[in-house]
Amino acid sequence: MSFIKHLKTAALAFMLAVSGLQLAHADANEQFFPLQSYRVGPYAAGGTGFFGGFIDYLNLVNTRDGGVGGVKLTWEEGETQYEVERGVEVYERLKQRPGIAAWNPLSVGIAYALIDRVTADKVPLLTINHGRTDTTDGRVFKYIFPLLLNPYSETSGIVNYIAGKEGGTDKLKGKKIVVLYHGSPYGKETIPVYELLAKKYGFTLQQIEVPHPGNEQQSQWLAIRRSKPDYVVLRGWGVMNPVALKTAQKTGFPVDHIVGNVWSNSEEDVIPAGDAAKGYVAITTVAAGAQYPVLQDIAKIVYGAGKGNLQDPKRIGSVYHNLGVLNGILNVEAIRIAQAKFGKRTLTGDEIRWGLENLKIDEARAAALGAKGLFHSINVTWDNHEGDGRVAFQQWDGSKWNVVSDWIAPDWKLLRPIIEKSSLAYAKEKNVKVRKSIDD
Amino acid sequence: MSTVALPRTLPAWIWPLAVLGAAYGVVPFVASEYVFDALLIPFLALSLAAVGLNLLTGYAGQLSLGTAAFMAVGAFAAYNFNLRVDGLPLLASIGLAGLAATGVGLVFGLPSLRLRGFYLAVSTLAAQFFVQWALTKFSWFSNDNASGVIDAPALEVAGIVFDTPAGRYIFSLTVVTVLTLLAWRLVHTQTGHHFIAVRDNELAARVVGVPVLRTKLLAFAVSSFIVGVAGVLWGFVYLRTVEPAGFNLDRSFQILFIVIIGGLATIRGAFFGAALIVVFPLLLSRVGSFFFGGWFDSGVLDMSQRIVLGALIIFFLAVEPRGLVALWDRARERLLPA
Repeated sequence: MSFIKHLKTAALAFMLAVSGLQLAHADANEQFFPLQSYRVGPYAAGGTGFFGGFIDYLNLVNTRDGGVGGVKLTWEEGETQYEVERGVEVYERLKQRPGIAAWNPLSVGIAYALIDRVTADKVPLLTINHGRTDTTDGRVFKYIFPLLLNPYSETSGIVNYIAGKEGGTDKLKGKKIVVLYHGSPYGKETIPVYELLAKKYGFTLQQIEVPHPGNEQQSQWLAIRRSKPDYVVLRGWGVMNPVALKTAQKTGFPVDHIVGNVWSNSEEDVIPAGDAAKGYVAITTVAAGAQYPVLQDIAKIVYGAGKGNLQDPKRIGSVYHNLGVLNGILNVEAIRIAQAKFGKRTLTGDEIRWGLENLKIDEARAAALGAKGLFHSINVTWDNHEGDGRVAFQQWDGSKWNVVSDWIAPDWKLLRPIIEKSSLAYAKEKNVKVRKSIDD
Repeated sequence: MSTVALPRTLPAWIWPLAVLGAAYGVVPFVASEYVFDALLIPFLALSLAAVGLNLLTGYAGQLSLGTAAFMAVGAFAAYNFNLRVDGLPLLASIGLAGLAATGVGLVFGLPSLRLRGFYLAVSTLAAQFFVQWALTKFSWFSNDNASGVIDAPALEVAGIVFDTPAGRYIFSLTVVTVLTLLAWRLVHTQTGHHFIAVRDNELAARVVGVPVLRTKLLAFAVSSFIVGVAGVLWGFVYLRTVEPAGFNLDRSFQILFIVIIGGLATIRGAFFGAALIVVFPLLLSRVGSFFFGGWFDSGVLDMSQRIVLGALIIFFLAVEPRGLVALWDRARERLLPA
């Protein structure tokens, strides 16, 4: 008999599940963050750090300030394992919730699949530090925000940094740079920009692919040893990064002449490489370390109350965690700015899009938020969705990252025409109306 | 159920007709957006791919591990036809995409003239790797998009734009229905019987005058056409974006599992298997969290999913190679004894 009972319960659960019924309904004063997170699978290290930081900051704002302008922040996670189909499923499931603020998948693939959907639903989509480069052009991509850094400005930042070490861009002439890139759409995205910059500054360029996932790099490093470059740029992902650093050590290439890109800059990339990573430099938009006031607050208030999201509190202040916190800051500030115009209530996605298009955080405001030194500044406009963020370089000393450069600017003027060419081609292909002002 | 009252002399086509009637007449009015976009549309696309593979593997006995590659060819071809030929109607580009997949399918079907079983399966792997490599290597296929990802055009047929979830569902349903009917028709013709003859005993088939080589190539061609169109549905209607990495070996295996679990050499099996594969993980996650709450997190979910799927495949291969369809038929016979 009890088996039948179980069966009945199972049938009930089944029906609940299939109907997609949401029993919980939101209060009027809530702003909801649907999170397409990934805590298992090959990229779990990035997922747990980033979404952990994001949730920690939302928690901090709720606990310390009582929300944003009295509006409580809520969220729910859906596991994607970084897979596009699962991300789409989570989108369709969570989009029915009221008061959605913005989507923040930390995945290029999922972001691509959502471009049409968020545009139809009029909810912003944020891809901090990554995403599709031409979504920087807000005239075409009204709801997509590759905040702080797109792959092209990242490339320009790296070349500018190397130029700085050599004593100016004119010294790049005749130098030799190898780009070691991950064999995926992400890895290939910057190939044309490196070619453009090589032509402009007159350095010799060699781009070498490492097949996914990047466990095997002997032949690539042999080729590097043969061509004796001045610098190697590491455009890696996941396991490829520590393997590259270890293989470089074995082949005798000096680690301080390897420059990592923004997805090769975390603790998870260098710690497995051990000694081989000591002296390695990588680009970042967010500094590592827990000494910044906002992180101190998180440690004290959120983790003090036992509400911290990271399983291992030692990861507070790591690169991915800080990136999640910074992502939280940008989302929350956009809501704050939009509230100043539309009122302190649950806003629609389109109103928050307006907030993002007016998202200005200068150094003074960053300091007021407890993030002075954590990141530099951002200035988003309706037609520039990247927001002129600055980048810094940090060096691994064997136990922690240290910032070793000023906050420097990529060459936005050089890149803008290429971005516009691509975005206008997209507009033509998809029949998108090119906006003339923020009200379009 | 009211079906019990029906007279037993009903013709065989009444069941598919009833299902179609419900799919067109009832589902569009009752399903939610979520059910359309996250369940029904991927279900339809995967079912169609499985119908295609079933023709090749189930009926003609040619084991293939390159299904996802033919889906990729379909999706990228439709994108390029649509982009590069001005004013080409969407249905025409989908048809041409199917033909492009047919062409590639024929090329990779050629080894089947010499190879069998396991060796053929391994040689179809070449299709899997070659297509993915070519699509990433030559950026022309993705209109020089730097990261190799393409976007779907609007679904417009004769001035009607299918841009609502229900509209996309109707669009996929129609495509799937038409192609499934054709496949169903095909397996009941002489060519279909040739497929089965080649599968069951190639030598005997040759002796009774079946053109073995032609039959094998035809199986590859028809199968690739259907799978190519399924790729278009997957890319254009479901995800609405395509990258070559989305059509990897895992997807090929997924479709093969659908065919095995659903039932080899039945058209219905493709739909049964796809329903299980699409709905099962979602059900497992919700039912799991309903019973076990927080303990059933995504890690546990993923593991249990793999264990159950693996067990199911072994079960079906060992106990009921004819798959869910056989179970269904037996259940129906018990409930409605003749």
